[in-house]
Amino acid sequence: MLFLIIKRILLGFITLFIVSIITFVGTEVLPGDACTTYLERQAFGEQLEACYRRLGLNVPAYERYVSWALNAIQGDFGYSLSGEMPIKEVLGPRIKNSLVLASAAIFIGIPIALILGIITALWRDKLPDVAISTVTIFAMTIPEFISATLLILIIAIWLEWLPGIVIVPTDVSFLELLPNIILPVVAIAMIMTAHMARMVRSSVIQVMASEYVQMAILKGVPYWKMVFKHVLPNALLPAINVVALTIAWLLGGVVVTEVVFNYPGLGRLVIESISNRDLPTVQALAIILASIYVSINLLADLLTLMLNPRLKTLQIRK
Amino acid sequence: MTDIIQKVKNLSIGFRSKKGEEILILKNISTNIKKGETVGIVGESGSGKSTLALAMMGYVKHGLYTIGGECQFNSSNLLKMKSKDLEKIRGRKIAMIPQNAGQALTPNLKIGYQIDEALQLHSDLDEKEREKKISELLNKVRLPSPETIALRYPHELSGGQQQRVAVAMALAGTPDLLLLDEPTTGLDVTTQAHVLELLNFIAKDTGTSMVYVSHDLGAIAQVSDRIIVMYSGEIVLEGPSRDILKRPIHPYTHGLLKSIPKLSLAGLPESMPGSQPQPGIIQSGCSFFDRCNFSDENCKNNSPKLEFLKDLNTSVRCFNYEKLVNESQASQTVNKIKNKSQDKEILNLSEVSISYAKQKLLDQIFNRISDDNPTVKDININIKKGETIALVGESGSGKSTILKSIAGLLRTKDGLIRFDENRNLSSNLKERDPNDLRIIQLIFQNPDESLNPNHTVEEIIAQPLKLYFGLKGEELKKNIIDLLQKVRLGEFYTSRYPRQLSGGEKQRVAVARAFAAKPDIILCDEVTSALDVSVQAAVLNLLQQLKEDFGTTYIFVSHDLAVVRAISDRVAVLYQGRLCEVGPSNDVYKFPSHPYTEVLLGAVLEPDPDIKPKLVAEDIVEERPPEKGCSFQGRCSRIVGDICKKEIPPWQLTDSGNAIRCHIPIKELQKEQF
Repeated sequence: MLFLIIKRILLGFITLFIVSIITFVGTEVLPGDACTTYLERQAFGEQLEACYRRLGLNVPAYERYVSWALNAIQGDFGYSLSGEMPIKEVLGPRIKNSLVLASAAIFIGIPIALILGIITALWRDKLPDVAISTVTIFAMTIPEFISATLLILIIAIWLEWLPGIVIVPTDVSFLELLPNIILPVVAIAMIMTAHMARMVRSSVIQVMASEYVQMAILKGVPYWKMVFKHVLPNALLPAINVVALTIAWLLGGVVVTEVVFNYPGLGRLVIESISNRDLPTVQALAIILASIYVSINLLADLLTLMLNPRLKTLQIRK
Repeated sequence: MTDIIQKVKNLSIGFRSKKGEEILILKNISTNIKKGETVGIVGESGSGKSTLALAMMGYVKHGLYTIGGECQFNSSNLLKMKSKDLEKIRGRKIAMIPQNAGQALTPNLKIGYQIDEALQLHSDLDEKEREKKISELLNKVRLPSPETIALRYPHELSGGQQQRVAVAMALAGTPDLLLLDEPTTGLDVTTQAHVLELLNFIAKDTGTSMVYVSHDLGAIAQVSDRIIVMYSGEIVLEGPSRDILKRPIHPYTHGLLKSIPKLSLAGLPESMPGSQPQPGIIQSGCSFFDRCNFSDENCKNNSPKLEFLKDLNTSVRCFNYEKLVNESQASQTVNKIKNKSQDKEILNLSEVSISYAKQKLLDQIFNRISDDNPTVKDININIKKGETIALVGESGSGKSTILKSIAGLLRTKDGLIRFDENRNLSSNLKERDPNDLRIIQLIFQNPDESLNPNHTVEEIIAQPLKLYFGLKGEELKKNIIDLLQKVRLGEFYTSRYPRQLSGGEKQRVAVARAFAAKPDIILCDEVTSALDVSVQAAVLNLLQQLKEDFGTTYIFVSHDLAVVRAISDRVAVLYQGRLCEVGPSNDVYKFPSHPYTEVLLGAVLEPDPDIKPKLVAEDIVEERPPEKGCSFQGRCSRIVGDICKKEIPPWQLTDSGNAIRCHIPIKELQKEQF
């Protein structure tokens, strides 16, 4: 078991290493570099070379990679080009904002998704299922930029209940941010909840049709005890990985929603820094997003392993 | 009457088709289960037997509904009862032992908890007493060390152990009626015999009534007092089990009994043509009409009623049962097969070992396999052209592993596989040339999985023809139709998809695909295990016919010793991947000499209440073959001493050409046959 965890963690680091090389090489082979972007028309002669020296671009690529990687491990990603400030400081509030948005969506969305999924499965083909399923399919199919725009139109413009777009400094306090994030959270949670509820529904239905559930019924186990003891633990295991992917997706920034609501999160930062050709920031973002995906998937795998007795013994036997 | 425990009255269960028609699965069933009696319900798949058993617990599967009638238990109708009240009956008064215990035990709950749950629901014992009771129950079903078993998860037990746990769970509520839905299907012969013996013991010990549902007349014969035969949702025959088995007066039962291969008879049983009508196909007359040998005009137009014959104490649904009254089962005719093998050797396995051990890094680099105790070891078999050789043994005996290696799907560790005396077949599939691949074809157990569901029958059979012979256009089409006719399927099957075929038809397509390559050797891996008995007989007959036409050699793997007896010329008995005995089938079956062969043959269930299985050895499951000595030492009841544990037994030859691997001298072995 321990060996397996170590192996998975090592694999995670290897994945990150490969991602870092790919992003580094990617930014390297692109025509132009930080200095030509920064200096624009003055990018020649003395000035350009001075810039190269200042940014340390005059040394070979592999040396730059090593020093960049060593600093990155310590959390120092260098300087952002556009803002001329440490990337650390640019990223910090953005990560915090994305985290706030994501956790709000997770804490609201996942319980609702589970409950809806279980209800639709248990009342399969009956009224609750038909009603909820119709709504979830609807919520799933409308693209988020449309639902987000509609939300702004109805709640912010017609009813004037909440601000339509987020116009706050990036380092605003949580309480001030709160009214601003309600609409974005609703927009994200809608689509996420609908997806997960469908997944939970089909998983529960599959388990409900299994022979061991039939056996539990024939054993005389009362309905709700059967649902909680025999059905849910087995039905929700495969959901863990889907939930993990959703969380990673949320943390990685929900680009479209953030742009529509002008929300200062990671997703928007990605777009901004790409269009500004702010390569150091892009590199830093790529590495951070990759580590979020890797670590959350790792956690999900370990959790599945711990909760599934089948996998646990298999590993021990080997 | 007070001694009736369950009363089924005019029960009809069905579903509504997409067009809104009512389609019946059970048609107007009435029967009574008496106290202390064991009733067997027999029928082929789709006859409605499981639906009937579940209805006796007031359970109707999702999608089905009760159309009419009732299932009375203590004079209340279970099918109309509220689920609150049903919970008090299920598990406490009526308990179910499921078909596949491996899937009927909840995977995330420990064995102990699952039994404890039943005790909590259906008894007033406190925690301490329950704990004791769990051990008692596990002991009663003869599981070793109950305390450790209780702490295990279902997947950590073997199939036989899981089935025993299911029995223990059903007994936890001390029910008055036990329903058993194919409780031994899918178990090894020896395990099956042991579980049946246990059930018999429990029936006697506790006086519980049992309803035993199975397609296997052999198992039914061992346990039941009374037999109900079902066909297409109706009871066609009901009576005391001895009378039904010895003198089946319904043509369907008659045909069914005839199509079961028996240990005592070499040769292929007669097959019953056709198949059970699909539910919903409404036809006038008797539902068995088009498969019946005794039918007349009357049967075509009028459906017979279930008629009680007082002097025979039997109910039968047939106009012409009198024709059958005088015919007994003993008149079973078999198509004797002639051994057409030539002296020419076609395939030779010498010193073959196969290992499933995971390769270490160093071994991977040098491309070698190192394993001191491989799964299959020292296999030496000569196979002659045109013969049918069978590999038999329990699950885990390595029989399918050997087939895979011959087919090239699995690398051998050591040894040679030679074709036609001098051609070495590479053990690696990728290194075999197309002709090497063509000469050996494989037919799998389950045609549902071996036929591509997105290909039509034509495309399936065309594959080998295109690949090996480059046929195209008209010629290809002609060959396909030719092959279909050879396997008794008409031309109109070409455009069908596998899902539109019955199980028997699918297996015929798989047979046609194998023969399309014009192979010299066909490997049959449990080809009839997934089929109903009447269909099994037809497929066996077909295989025999094709073999005579083409002169093909068969290597036949099966766990069913009666089937092997019917079709094979020679038998090789395997235990834990080592050969125990090789010889002509007549001799292997007549003088069971190796102790393991004796165990296997003793456990076979025959559809005859007078032939009881003989349980010689314990049904322990061994994980790995022993490091040294005889492979069967762990379960052998005739160990002669330390020599069995230390030395690999020598091959001994009998006069008739049987080769036996045992330390006991031949003469002594033959003396002690049962």
